[in-house]
Amino acid sequence: MTEQWNDSPGGFHPASTPDYLPAAQLRDLQLRRLQGVLRLAHDNVEPYRAKLAEAGIGPDDVKSLDDVARLPFTVKEDLRDAYPFGLFARPIGEVVRLHASSGTTGKPTVVAYTQEDLKVWSEVMVRSFAACGCHRGDVIQNAYGYGLFTGGLGAHYGAEALGATVIPISGGNTERQIMVMKDFGVTVICCTPSYLLHIIERASEMGVDIRELPLKAGVFGAEPWSEPMRVRIEAAGNIKAYDIYGLSEIIGPGVGIECEYQAGLHIFEDHFLVEIIDPETGDPLPDGQEGELVLTTLSKRAMPMIRYRTRDITQVVPSPCPCGRTIRRIKRITRRSDDMFIIRGVNVFPSQVETALLAVEGTLPHYQIVLTREHDLDQMEVQVEVTPEVFSDEVRGLEQFRAQLSHALENTLGLRCKVSLVEPNTIERSMGKAKRVMDKRKLE
Amino acid sequence: MKLHQLSVFLENKPGRLSEPCVALADAGINILTLSLADTQQFGILRLIVRDWQKARDVLEKAGCVVKVTEVVAIEVADQPGGLATVLKALESESVNIEYMYAFTFRSEDKAVLVFRFDDPDAAVAKLQDRKLNVLSPVELYELVEQ
Amino acid sequence: MTDFPFENRIWDSAETAPRAELERLQLDRLRGLVSRLADVPFYKNAFAEAGTSPEDIRSLDDLRRLPMTTKDDLREHYPLGFLAVGRDKLARIHGSSGTTGKPTFVAYTAADLELWANLCARFLVAGGLRPEHTAQIAFGYGLFTGGFGLHYGVEKVGAAIVPAAAGNTQRQLTLMCDLQTDVLVCTPSYALTIAEAAAAAGLEPRDLPPRFGHFGAEPWTEDMRREIESRLGLLAFNNYGLSEVIGPGVSGECALRDGMHVQEDHFLIECLDPDTLEPVAEGEQGELVITTLTKEAFPVLRYRTRDIARLDRSPCPCGRTTARMSRVVGRTDDMLIIRGVNVFPSQIEEALLHVEGTAPHYMIEVDRPGTLDVATVRVEVREQDFSDKMSQMQALRDRIDREIQSITGIRMSVELIEPQTLERFVGKAKRVIDHRVTDSS
Repeated sequence: MTEQWNDSPGGFHPASTPDYLPAAQLRDLQLRRLQGVLRLAHDNVEPYRAKLAEAGIGPDDVKSLDDVARLPFTVKEDLRDAYPFGLFARPIGEVVRLHASSGTTGKPTVVAYTQEDLKVWSEVMVRSFAACGCHRGDVIQNAYGYGLFTGGLGAHYGAEALGATVIPISGGNTERQIMVMKDFGVTVICCTPSYLLHIIERASEMGVDIRELPLKAGVFGAEPWSEPMRVRIEAAGNIKAYDIYGLSEIIGPGVGIECEYQAGLHIFEDHFLVEIIDPETGDPLPDGQEGELVLTTLSKRAMPMIRYRTRDITQVVPSPCPCGRTIRRIKRITRRSDDMFIIRGVNVFPSQVETALLAVEGTLPHYQIVLTREHDLDQMEVQVEVTPEVFSDEVRGLEQFRAQLSHALENTLGLRCKVSLVEPNTIERSMGKAKRVMDKRKLE
Repeated sequence: MKLHQLSVFLENKPGRLSEPCVALADAGINILTLSLADTQQFGILRLIVRDWQKARDVLEKAGCVVKVTEVVAIEVADQPGGLATVLKALESESVNIEYMYAFTFRSEDKAVLVFRFDDPDAAVAKLQDRKLNVLSPVELYELVEQ
Repeated sequence: MTDFPFENRIWDSAETAPRAELERLQLDRLRGLVSRLADVPFYKNAFAEAGTSPEDIRSLDDLRRLPMTTKDDLREHYPLGFLAVGRDKLARIHGSSGTTGKPTFVAYTAADLELWANLCARFLVAGGLRPEHTAQIAFGYGLFTGGFGLHYGVEKVGAAIVPAAAGNTQRQLTLMCDLQTDVLVCTPSYALTIAEAAAAAGLEPRDLPPRFGHFGAEPWTEDMRREIESRLGLLAFNNYGLSEVIGPGVSGECALRDGMHVQEDHFLIECLDPDTLEPVAEGEQGELVITTLTKEAFPVLRYRTRDIARLDRSPCPCGRTTARMSRVVGRTDDMLIIRGVNVFPSQIEEALLHVEGTAPHYMIEVDRPGTLDVATVRVEVREQDFSDKMSQMQALRDRIDREIQSITGIRMSVELIEPQTLERFVGKAKRVIDHRVTDSS
């Protein structure tokens, strides 16, 4: 249902209608969409065709949703191998948007959208905002970073389609964020949860009490957080804090979101098929059991994803939600099945750090990544042992070396981190797999 | 006429300076002079010792990153204008000073200036042309340890 | 017959409307604007003071009897005192830097956004963009209007967008080559930075996929155009706009690239002597003053842009009937544009004030050693700021550095210098030395 001129703001939002489909209809819709996506992928995407052939499954062999378990998985490496256009199911002329996320090494991972895909993306974002009680009269401050990262433009298009006033402030410049929030009567903010805590702290230093502003809700995502953090945010900001989930490989933000009950994230199942698997064996797990989230896109055309392994660990909530939505919920994501970590909303793989260090030094030095959270802002420090090859007896020389490392890291990771030069043999050596990441952050 | 100076990388944390100093003391090596350059995150300790090769081995064994650089020591009168005379001599020449430090010793009325030049050989030649007292290693050790 | 370097395509038939028809439309729209503005307190007062009423507008020449609007006026009505519609009608808010910490904000209704996209589509198509193309937008997104204006313009045309945003030149190059982008959108100086990175990576101009470039948001020269074109192997187009008026989309070049077509069906443009505020002779340099004819949320009447340029009203062989403006050759105030960002010296002063309590003597030096603007702020160290610990001096420098970045949005290199080394001025201090050369072609 689309919104009509006489739908007053608040209450049930017409865009949310598909959230309440009877289960039987929803499953039937999913099956037919899945069959269509398989046909699209099989006929247009060579790697999918090869994988299906290898698994001995034809594009028409999926007769029920249970048959999904027979389909091959797609992993991040498949995107890298097919870089840049290998997984596109539509000709480039139909593509109207390309986004990229960091790959595990230097090369980015590229995702594509047709005009229809952008509409689907906007639709799930409108439904996300609606689930958080937002409507067209809201003033939405979008503090996610804009650019290749899907968070910024995803939330932007959704807020625009909702009919809200969008302030595309992007990330950073906390004082300006606070000024805008106050001066424009912002009612909803989109950012990472830690950044909102940082805003609240900075605001109180500036003598601004966020609790007294019209701000009523926050749509928080792009990094893991916790219930204690929610309690803090809601008390310190006098707002409702909602968890949003998404990843660029699937569509970007808007794969799932919490409703007013804040007890798990509803996945927009008419567009995304949810499975939980055992990350070791790949076997499907029943609802209520923890495992890795696997998603299949049911409507995307430019770049369909079949059984994409998200590496996010969660479980499907087995009981229905009191909000009445029939689309199922997953629990908040708290960890991953790989070594990726998230800093200020940016995904980082330790292998990317190695790529950057290697590029500067030629050989890989002993290094360690230390993650901390100071004043609710994530800090990433890369400690690098000084070797005789890079040591200079001049301060300038060492400063230059440090700047080079810092520059290479920023280029590879897309974020600024602190580089510290440390004395040799001060980073702990361990047997076997080195512990490269020390995550000292407490999600509270 | 050049001296060997040892530079040691230090993190700017409490207690870091004592490590190399203790290592040298345990090996019975006397530090003739030292200077410390620090930044927010790290520092560089610069040392002059008599037996620089032995000192380097000791420091490296202690786990330090050590670099050996050639510096030039000049003896000047410990009175106003001592340093100025040297700087004036270098001013007109295209010699760059990367850094310098100075020290006095005992009750002598002399001071020693230690310079790191971008081109030490050229600098030594020019200083000697101006009849300045560039110290050889042996001269320096004798001056300081007499 | 005129030789076009590629197909002379026109996006909107309004661009070629006969002059008489265009002027009739302008007059109608101007009348409508003046009656809409009568509800905006600032203009209501200004009209009362000048004794003008909407009925007085009988011809386009009557525009000259109407009051002007300045950036200071906008700032005094912070945040949105100039709104001509209810806040519930607003679809978007953007901002530009102000002369002090408070930026100037502008607002758009959904119809304004649609208009803006269409205006950008016009000059993009005039400059070679086609629906089958892929455009790489290397402008910053955010409150700055440049990124979003071009983004929605490209989307309107139906081409694919790579929203690369500014920065990370290596990755720009990777995306450009791997995704085979046909059109590059950024500031002209950033285009040169990309060219330099390409050359350093051993790429020849012919190896670089983009065939068209749309560059704006800062002044540039014909020399720079030639350099960009030869080093990137593309055709470079200039466009003009400012957020107070709408953002990019006020004017842009056609395939002939002999001046930027002003989208006169939506903007009235005047070229005035900045001192007398009288029109300059045809073809002479003057300050551009712009009136928005159709914008709903944030219309401005006779907005003084402070940009100096020339107007050419002779017909263009491309068929567009609109006046063309020259490149912007200067400013009538002390605003600097550094890497596409507007910076006022007063912002630097404010930053120093925040860090040090009182503002010390300082000097801003802007240069373009390679292709990228470099701004250096030299600050005299005073006794109360001096510490014998190097780490504390570095911390002071870093604090100034961060504060300047927070206020202006760009990084400048901060140098602490000895006291009494900057020249002292009697009266108005000279705070800026701009080494960048700009020719006036």
